[in-house]
Amino acid sequence: MSTRNANCPNCGAEIRFRWSGAVQTTCDYCKSILVRNDINLALVGKAADLPIDISPIQIGTEGIFNDKSFQVIGRIVYRYDLGTWNEWHLYFSDGSNGWLSDAQAEYAISFANSFTDAPPTPAELYRGLTMAQHGVPLYLTVITEAMYETTEGELPFTSYDKEKCRFADFRTSDGRFGTIDYSENPPLLFLGQFVEFDSLKLKNVKEFEGWPTA
Amino acid sequence: MNPAAPRKGLVPKPKALNCPNCGSQIELRALGAAAGVICSYCSSTIDATNPQLKIIGTWQAAMTIEPVIPLGSRGKLKGVLWEAIGFQQRGINVEGTNYFWREYVLWNPYQGFRYLSEYDNHWNFVTPLQALPAGTGAGGMAYAGESYRAFQTARAYTWFVIGEFPWMVQVGEAVDTADYVKPPKMLSSETTENEVAWSQGEYTPGTEIWQAFQVKTPCPPPIGVYSIQPSPYVGRVRSSWLFYGAMCVLLFCLMVFFAILAPSKTVLDKTYVVNSTSTGEKSFVSEPFTLEGKNDNVEVGINADIANQWVYFSMALINEETGQAFDFGREVSYYSGTDSDGSWAEGGRTDEVLLPKISGGRYYLRVEPETDPAFASGLKSSIPFRVRIVRGRPFYFRYFLGMFLLLIPPIWTSIRSAAFESKRWAESSTGSSAASSSSSEDDE
Repeated sequence: MSTRNANCPNCGAEIRFRWSGAVQTTCDYCKSILVRNDINLALVGKAADLPIDISPIQIGTEGIFNDKSFQVIGRIVYRYDLGTWNEWHLYFSDGSNGWLSDAQAEYAISFANSFTDAPPTPAELYRGLTMAQHGVPLYLTVITEAMYETTEGELPFTSYDKEKCRFADFRTSDGRFGTIDYSENPPLLFLGQFVEFDSLKLKNVKEFEGWPTA
Repeated sequence: MNPAAPRKGLVPKPKALNCPNCGSQIELRALGAAAGVICSYCSSTIDATNPQLKIIGTWQAAMTIEPVIPLGSRGKLKGVLWEAIGFQQRGINVEGTNYFWREYVLWNPYQGFRYLSEYDNHWNFVTPLQALPAGTGAGGMAYAGESYRAFQTARAYTWFVIGEFPWMVQVGEAVDTADYVKPPKMLSSETTENEVAWSQGEYTPGTEIWQAFQVKTPCPPPIGVYSIQPSPYVGRVRSSWLFYGAMCVLLFCLMVFFAILAPSKTVLDKTYVVNSTSTGEKSFVSEPFTLEGKNDNVEVGINADIANQWVYFSMALINEETGQAFDFGREVSYYSGTDSDGSWAEGGRTDEVLLPKISGGRYYLRVEPETDPAFASGLKSSIPFRVRIVRGRPFYFRYFLGMFLLLIPPIWTSIRSAAFESKRWAESSTGSSAASSSSSEDDE
């Protein structure tokens, strides 16, 4: 784990990266979005305030997936027509990274993958489309147009230059899922599975006023 | 400060807001998670995904229904604490008649959304599914290794709605529903223009819900048979047949046991001859034999070597000591030949008779054979016949009678079970009772 420190070019606060692969982070004090260029941190913008934030997960939450422990180190909040959802950036104990998505408390963990079969173009998408990646048959269930609402913490790519993007969500009969993220060209593929909240054995989750802790 | 260091976050209770349509105060419970909030005063659907709370639609509700589980009340179901935050009444129209059921939205900040549905006081606990059930080919659906049978498809309309929902529900909303059953579980799909949402329901007794949510009113008993109501006969059919099987084994063991404990014993086995041409005294007595035991049966068997003739035996089993005689007559006759239809035969050369309850002692058999005279016909005049007396023939009939009578309870239970299944499937728009009862029996 990298602990190389730097200072926020805006407010001077100490910025520490938990993950050597991070290319973007957000200053915890002044909400500046900072992009790592080789050694220096460049100020590229300011993170928006979080929307009504009701996710039990937060930066610093720890958990276990497939016998590997992880820590939440970053977050992207997307806005779509039914509200917002979170993609929490996970840093695993073996040095790999992944994502925990939380949409209305439906949780899924996924990892960036390469395409084994050519992805459909955005124009080819329709609900019910099937494709196979890595031998897994995937059924397209939802096409979502979403915006970056805001970001927090460390991310493996830069977000400041993104606006509207299209996502194609795929499901399987056994609880796996896939997403094609068309915000980049070529698009990105994430494969993973839906998870039960309790199965992640999360520590350091948020508390909800009036509710017993999970 | 370390940006990734653990921070203790606390999500405060959402504040009550004023309805942007009628100004009434709306208590919010899952703001940020729920997408649609329905004002309980003016039935406006409000978009709760933005802090601005925009009105999606205002409808004059066609009816007003008081949910039996008050919104805001909490209950522990399946080990998790849930808060009832939304309520809707939905209906389907079948041949001009509206059938209504009610749905509650349950919410837990960590676990997300679940639902309770209620129809005729039958309750289901419903969990949204992330996996896609796969078609089985026979019109059914498979999920998590289990097959569900198609039960009903319908177009469901929302008639009344209040509280918070994870989607922007409003009065008049229509979805196409399809239900697949494997009691006590159900798979349901709700199809809208934009998506197909799958869920799994589990039959839950109303009393369990009453207890969990501390509902004050008495829990009304369910009406009729519900699509995924577990049949009270499923287990009983199986166990009554298992019991029957066990009883048959027991009877068989008893049969074998008594056959070994008190084996039958041949006390006389001798061949005599009757001469049809003889005109003298034909009666004779056998050598004496001992019948053991107290009261038991005696089988007298005859095997006469006859062809196209008959022999009638007047017999008496006589107690040597007391002189008590048991008289009986037996006949054997055997005829055969050929005609235009081929060869034929009737009668038989053997006969057995069972004398019940003969007390033990020394006995002999008196036999007086009679046959048709064989002067002209060229029949055998000298007929050998074998007499065989067996003491204590096992009495198998009572075992078979027992097995037959024991059939009544399992058959009765099976009939009741089939009647229950036919009531269940009477409500179905897609399935049949006959095909279901077989599949529901391996349900245990």
